[in-house]
Amino acid sequence: MASEAATAQSNPVKRPPPKKKKERILGLPPDRLSDDHIWTRRDFFSLTGWAMFLGSLSVGGIGFLRFMFPRVLFEPDPTFKAGFPNEYPPGTVSEKYIPSQRVWIANLPEEGGLVAISAICTHLGCTPRWLASEEKYKCPCHGSGFTKEGINFEGPAPRPLERWKIGLAEDGQILIDKSKKYLSEKGEWGKPGSYLPV
Amino acid sequence: MILGNVWLHLHPPKMRRHAVRIKFTWCMGGITFLLFLVTLVTGVVLMFYYRPTGEYAYYDLKYLMHDVPFGAVVRNMHRWAAHSMVITVMLHMFRVFMTGSYKPPREFNWVVGILLITFTLLLSFTGYLLPWDQLAIWAITVASNMARATPLLGHEGPFAAQLGIGSRYDARSIMLAGTIVAPATLLRFYVLHCIVIPIAAAMLMILHFWRIRKDGGISGPL
Ligand code: FES
Repeated sequence: MASEAATAQSNPVKRPPPKKKKERILGLPPDRLSDDHIWTRRDFFSLTGWAMFLGSLSVGGIGFLRFMFPRVLFEPDPTFKAGFPNEYPPGTVSEKYIPSQRVWIANLPEEGGLVAISAICTHLGCTPRWLASEEKYKCPCHGSGFTKEGINFEGPAPRPLERWKIGLAEDGQILIDKSKKYLSEKGEWGKPGSYLPV
Repeated sequence: MILGNVWLHLHPPKMRRHAVRIKFTWCMGGITFLLFLVTLVTGVVLMFYYRPTGEYAYYDLKYLMHDVPFGAVVRNMHRWAAHSMVITVMLHMFRVFMTGSYKPPREFNWVVGILLITFTLLLSFTGYLLPWDQLAIWAITVASNMARATPLLGHEGPFAAQLGIGSRYDARSIMLAGTIVAPATLLRFYVLHCIVIPIAAAMLMILHFWRIRKDGGISGPL
């Protein structure tokens, strides 16, 4: 009886140390395991494998992202020549370059001279029309209206029409560059390049 | 392999009585799937005549509508099934919401469903450009202009100036393959519309239907 009680009490002490899981995973006898490594060989190889897999996947992903932005775009040249300044009398808005370039060329003395007004509605990008009798630009999509200078005064458009860079080419013609824009809300309308003094 | 095959799980071996009641499910999920199959079949049929290039796309569509036998029927089936699918998928979502079927254990399937409604809308959006007429070009112009304002990714959105994002490399130009809606955009939308999004959506649908069974079948009345 006494011995039985002793074994019952000593049982918890004799419980094997909690190394069992490691033994099972590696399938190695305990004497070949050492406790002073954080990673086993298997951990190391599987982590290396995952790192290589995810690494090559992300390199491929970044490559694909770059692939989607071509180096050369086949788009119309942003610059064009628009004739000589004396073709645009003071106070007029010319629609001549609307079909080909979506630009109004307006001679507005109070704005300093010739300006190239972008015919892209600042609401969501439709082409407004110049209504000469009402002296306003009117967008057919959602009804935005702009004054002759391009200031939005009706409809949903949140800001004035944009202006493109305007200057003179060597041959004396007007040169318009649609890669540079001047925004009224940033106070850029008075800047050199935003208008052409005549 | 055979027992785990997803095809064998599409139809459950037994159903609960409430699940077949039209008043409970409105059959909206099933109708959505049927409409998806209709767009899939008619879409493949349309691909026999449609060329996604700037010169041909619009004239191929006219050819389909006016010369090809049953071309107009197939095209309109595709179009109306696509429109209806957006409506039924929303009604399906509404039903799932009102019957509380998004609650555990079905919360994972709700998330899959959110992805599916997104893909449905993206299919609709990319398909909109393919007729290559004025409506299509301006609609995509308007819609892609909204992407300019994407935070961190769009060139007119928050933090664009700090990150130095220009109109050449941003969320809109990756979508349009350039800075304007051009033939390059048409090709890009075509590949997304016919290959990428349908495959992604079909894979998620398989997951969606399999999860219904895994989560204990169609949910019961509250
Ligand atoms: S795009 Fe001009 S009013 Fe909306």
